[in-house]
Amino acid sequence: MTKSVLLGALTVAGLAAGAAAAGTLDDVKTRGTLNCGVTTGLVGFAAPDANGEWNGFDVSVCRAVAAAVLGDPNAVEFVPTTGKTRFTALASGEIDMLARNTTWTFSRDVDLKFTFVGVNYYDGQGFMVPKALGVSSAKDLDGATVCIQTGTTTELNLADFFRANNISYEPVPIETNAEGQQQYLAGACDTYTTDASGLAATRATFENPGDHVLLPEIISKEPLGPLVRHGDDEWADVVRWTLNALITAEELGVTSANVSEMATSSGNPEVKRLLGTEGTLGEMLGLDADWAQRAIATQGNYGEIFAKNIGEETPIALARGLNAQWTNGGLIYSPPFR
Amino acid sequence: MTTMTDPPRESFRLSMLINDTRYRSMTFQAIALFSLIVAIAYLANNLLTNLAAQGLNIAYDFLGDPAGYDINQRLIEYDSQSSNARAAVVGILNTLLVAFLACFMATVFGVIAGVLRLSKNWLVSKLMAFYVEIFRNIPVLIWIIIIFTIMTAVMPAPRAFRGDEPEATMLFGAFAFTNRGVYIPAPVWGPGSMVVVLTFLASIAGVIGYRRYATNLLYATGKLLPMGWPSLAIFFVPTILVYLIMGRPIGLEYPELGGFNFRGGIQIGAPLIALWFALSIYTGAFIAENVRAGIQSVSKGQTEAASALGLRPNRVMNLVVLPQALRVIIPPLISQYLNITKNSSLAIAVGYADITATLGGITLNQTGRAIECVLLLMLFYLTISLSISGIMNVYNKSVALKER
Repeated sequence: MTKSVLLGALTVAGLAAGAAAAGTLDDVKTRGTLNCGVTTGLVGFAAPDANGEWNGFDVSVCRAVAAAVLGDPNAVEFVPTTGKTRFTALASGEIDMLARNTTWTFSRDVDLKFTFVGVNYYDGQGFMVPKALGVSSAKDLDGATVCIQTGTTTELNLADFFRANNISYEPVPIETNAEGQQQYLAGACDTYTTDASGLAATRATFENPGDHVLLPEIISKEPLGPLVRHGDDEWADVVRWTLNALITAEELGVTSANVSEMATSSGNPEVKRLLGTEGTLGEMLGLDADWAQRAIATQGNYGEIFAKNIGEETPIALARGLNAQWTNGGLIYSPPFR
Repeated sequence: MTTMTDPPRESFRLSMLINDTRYRSMTFQAIALFSLIVAIAYLANNLLTNLAAQGLNIAYDFLGDPAGYDINQRLIEYDSQSSNARAAVVGILNTLLVAFLACFMATVFGVIAGVLRLSKNWLVSKLMAFYVEIFRNIPVLIWIIIIFTIMTAVMPAPRAFRGDEPEATMLFGAFAFTNRGVYIPAPVWGPGSMVVVLTFLASIAGVIGYRRYATNLLYATGKLLPMGWPSLAIFFVPTILVYLIMGRPIGLEYPELGGFNFRGGIQIGAPLIALWFALSIYTGAFIAENVRAGIQSVSKGQTEAASALGLRPNRVMNLVVLPQALRVIIPPLISQYLNITKNSSLAIAVGYADITATLGGITLNQTGRAIECVLLLMLFYLTISLSISGIMNVYNKSVALKER
């Protein structure tokens, strides 16, 4: 019961003990489901579809981990979290991992004691305004009312940006993306700011997406990635290398369609190590040999996940940009499987 | 009870702790107290052990660090470089502001609705019954959100005021009702304005003095001085005269559309209005029931006796019924005021920056100091609730039945 207490200590405390004992990996295996924290709904990244099935870019990471560990991509219990509740949920052991477009920062890593296992989306904070407002730069926003999700890094970046440019604004703090969308569309705020990818995703759900523009300024670095609690390195490794497996698969040309064929017929030793037909990488992780194969077969490689959920063919229409493979001039880079 | 007859002293035996009614209750209380202490000690120890295991400690250093975020409504100077402690103070003042406004408004709503519910007019009393039942049976959070949503969806955005043929116009050119809040003119204090303010304060004292004098005169000699128009005259005439003599030192700054929003004037934000209105109308429904119960507790004979003396119905209510009803109304009213103060912590639902939103929300989140922030929050709400209850108890004593 080492990590089960932070906020909970004040309320139910010791009664809820005994939860996260030694290894999260063992807990997940015994439980048979993975508890994965996601957003309360951001189309493209994590949102339930018409049938109540969670889908999206972050959801795929959860499902890939579930496929690797439990053999079933559907053995995931999705826990919707807000910007405020996400860290408490993770620290208290309510969720095993958090895949909720969360920015990797020093203080979250060091002071809040979380381990960011990698970056699955390189993002930056942007602004969305109605075209009718006639604003072409974020520096023209002097005196504007800004909708902002509270408890996020964007809240601090926003204050810094306006301070650095010596212009004023009025923040309207909101809890969830849906609330922000509603306030923005009602005109209760002039501009909505969050990660540029989130803005694109939000805009895609509007009735007339063309009436709204994203301003050119990107005012911060927002490397988004999944995270786990400090102090359980085995579990962190599982999540980290599942993400890396998806990235490496794209680099090596392994897709959901050809993964079983590649596993047997590929001559590339790294592909064989990745897919478990050579070496004992899976065993070292505490999983079986086919772990990465299952993750890739069910979710596709990083490129497929990107294209399916947020790529240019989708309504969200995000270009790969910084999130292209390093071989194509992007920043997506996995350490080798060796 | 046998204790009355001074029983023969027995020597104390251990079994008496259970079998003897004199000691049994104390035994159980001691056991309960002991288990409570053990439970608290266990929880505290659990907390400290787990914090230590995570390498965390309880420290309040973060209160001095720059907060880093901005707050839209602030009663004191504050910017993103101010400390977390100052952000907390901004939140405290906002909580007190909305609690004070809502307590006042809820009392007004409650007294009116409570009195009207006893009206002999069928329509009026049924309407009030409808109000009470609808509002107190739907959670206050829902009311806050409904009112806020209606405000943002129905009222025009500031940009609707723009252009040659605007969709919306300002009321009297001075008041703008937008979905971001209501903008009203702000006073501008010129030189000599202090004289006007002092005159105004003096005339308030004058009104109170006059009314006291008139009451004393009435009791002493039975001579009834007029109350209404002299009070109004003392209230308004000197202030207006001094204002004109000093050359109109107090001006008004009207809100004007500038940039994205209205500028100048005073902005009463939409979250404050929604929260204020929702809390008052919700708690007003409870207070209405307290008032009704209080009035009904005054025996009918009192009303009849007062009428028999020739008092008019409104005097019967004001001089005979309400003073006696207050004894019944005040104690539950205290707990309604406490409810308002505590319910104001729902402010974050509409983005109002109260103490729960600043210290317990953003600061907690950005610093990760959950336990410290929550402890401070608990301390604050406890202090404020006990103070309200203390003040109201003093008032209750002053209206309570004085036995002679």
